[in-house]
Amino acid sequence: MAIKDRMSGNEAVSYAIRQINPDVMPAFPITPSTEIPQMVSTYIANGEIDTEFIPVESEHSAMSAAIGAQAAGARTLTATSSAGLALMWEELLLAASNRMPLALALVNRTLSGPININCDHSDGMGARDTGWIQIYAENNQEAYDNFIQAYPIAEHENVHLPIMICQDGFITSHAVENIKLLEDHAVKEFVGEYRPEEYLLNPGKPIAVGPYSVTNYAMEAKKNQEIALENAKDVILEVAKRFERISGRSYGLFEEYKTEDADYIMLLIGSAAGTAKQAAHNMRKEGKKVGVIKLRVFRPFPAKELSQALKNCKAVAIMDRCESYNGNGGPLGSEVTAGLFRNKVSVEAVNYIYGLAGRDFTVEDVYHIFEELADAVENGKETEQYQYIGLRK
Amino acid sequence: MSNYSLKEVMNKPERLAPGHRMCAGCGATIAVRAVLRALHEGDRAVIGNATGCLEVSSYMYPYTAWEDSYIHNAFENAGATLSGVETAYKALKKRGRLSQEETYKFITFGGDGGTYDIGFQSLSGAMERGHDMVYVCYDNGAYMNTGIQRSSATPMYADTTTTPVGKQSDGKMQNRKDLASIIADHDVAYVAQTTFTADFKDLHTKAEKAIYTQGASFLNIMAPCPRGWRYDTPEIMKICKLAVETCYWPLFEVDHGKWTLSYEPKKKLPIEDFLREQGRFKHLFKPGNEALIAQFQAEVDRRWEDLQYKCARAD
Repeated sequence: MAIKDRMSGNEAVSYAIRQINPDVMPAFPITPSTEIPQMVSTYIANGEIDTEFIPVESEHSAMSAAIGAQAAGARTLTATSSAGLALMWEELLLAASNRMPLALALVNRTLSGPININCDHSDGMGARDTGWIQIYAENNQEAYDNFIQAYPIAEHENVHLPIMICQDGFITSHAVENIKLLEDHAVKEFVGEYRPEEYLLNPGKPIAVGPYSVTNYAMEAKKNQEIALENAKDVILEVAKRFERISGRSYGLFEEYKTEDADYIMLLIGSAAGTAKQAAHNMRKEGKKVGVIKLRVFRPFPAKELSQALKNCKAVAIMDRCESYNGNGGPLGSEVTAGLFRNKVSVEAVNYIYGLAGRDFTVEDVYHIFEELADAVENGKETEQYQYIGLRK
Repeated sequence: MSNYSLKEVMNKPERLAPGHRMCAGCGATIAVRAVLRALHEGDRAVIGNATGCLEVSSYMYPYTAWEDSYIHNAFENAGATLSGVETAYKALKKRGRLSQEETYKFITFGGDGGTYDIGFQSLSGAMERGHDMVYVCYDNGAYMNTGIQRSSATPMYADTTTTPVGKQSDGKMQNRKDLASIIADHDVAYVAQTTFTADFKDLHTKAEKAIYTQGASFLNIMAPCPRGWRYDTPEIMKICKLAVETCYWPLFEVDHGKWTLSYEPKKKLPIEDFLREQGRFKHLFKPGNEALIAQFQAEVDRRWEDLQYKCARAD
């Protein structure tokens, strides 16, 4: 039986944490993710769960303690945003390379500077190559659903990698929307008990974690880690299927909206997908063949699947809510175009940077972008391949 | 501890196996073995380790010298990492995933680089939160793993590779940080400063107290480094004795806030006796540098008086 409620994204993720009742949560507050450790602390204070909360003195220590707890045999999580994730950076690499299946609730916020508390994806994208699985949500429902799927993916024997469940700061984390919640027992059953094979607190079977590795061995460790990340793709889909059976909601690597016969497709991540879908819906009424792809899984990157989904369109707008300062486009723009090339799909691709540090992104922006794509394809108008949307003139 | 016997404790099984790659005569491994001997038989342990000589030389994949479960995470976070392990222990016990019969102790080792400097915040946080763990600093007074650079534990005027002695330099400009006092001010359960004495009783007693006192404990162990200090390797015990007898490295403990001197030299030796043995202070004995030694002595005296005052006040 689904429970209908109204919640913010932070409330939804905290509610999922309550239902999972993980073993250990070290965390340090940072806007806009602060509510998550606050709400979990309240659940603990009220005796609703008995997770051990560690009020660490920094995000670096949050991830360090999380690695310690997970290595010791505890199901562990933390939550953070922006500079907090940046401060964890070294530890993100260690969580992944030590193959710790811990979860991180990331509430996306821009990185400084200038210091700003609003949403963009520069924090998550900054950690894109740390070896974590990254799943992004469009709204509170997806944030909740993704978090419930987090541990079954991360802890899978073919994966053993940490997982980042991302939602847009304020837009999703603080806006209250309708949501369908699962029963506690259904979540508990779905997530299951954590039964690691090897861990520090295994009496009579001591292990050593975090070796110095000479050149003769280190490269194989990195390759094995890469294989695990590739394996995660199938596991994410398997877990999604299983999740559909208990929730009725289906998830893939990405969601396609009216793309089947679309000439022009907008590809984007997160909450802006709602805006894009509304605009595409309006344009379809005018007979314009436009569609939207919302990328859910950024790591592992589904290059092949995306190339297949884009191969029949005439042009794609690749939307980055992040500047990567490489002089050549945003991270999604770079990865999608590289993926298209490798899969021998040649379509017009324009990379737009939008919504940085909470800048609005509107249906008018979407109309403009689709019109620009059509102008380029149908009228041969030269279009900047890498440009900003919504900048002050 | 009244019936301490060096022979008896030396007969306990080693928990740091031979075959690791630390230098011969290294103070760090002597400290580690001495601390681990204080673990009671049957008690298990999880050992933490900050990046440093000890870590890179004791767990080189696929070999480990550690008989107990061991975790190295990074350089600056040994405190936080072990605090996570200790918290997991509470969680697993509470939830019945670890038998109530099992006892684990949590001990983490870091050099002065990982403890006084880059790991200071992580250590401070773990101590303040009061995790039931012991943080052991093997203090050799410089970043030895990267090649003898100064740390905030390096004594004044030491010649290091980032405070080299030269025409315009007498070595390190600052006094060493008094970390044991700083951690004692965190209101932790137990803090002690020790080093290697002839019978190792002081270290053994303090390690046992640190491990078996409920709450956060900190041990600061002076662990000489023959490479960095430039003394004749077999002279380590003499170096330690002089450090104690000159009151450069006083032995004391702070048990739940109560300061106690563990040893008071009958006749406090002049600091030259400690400095003279070490190549890193060679320049201090050049004619014309008498004032530098006098200044060093003045700082040793000041700290010694301060410590005596703290201990007397506790009586």
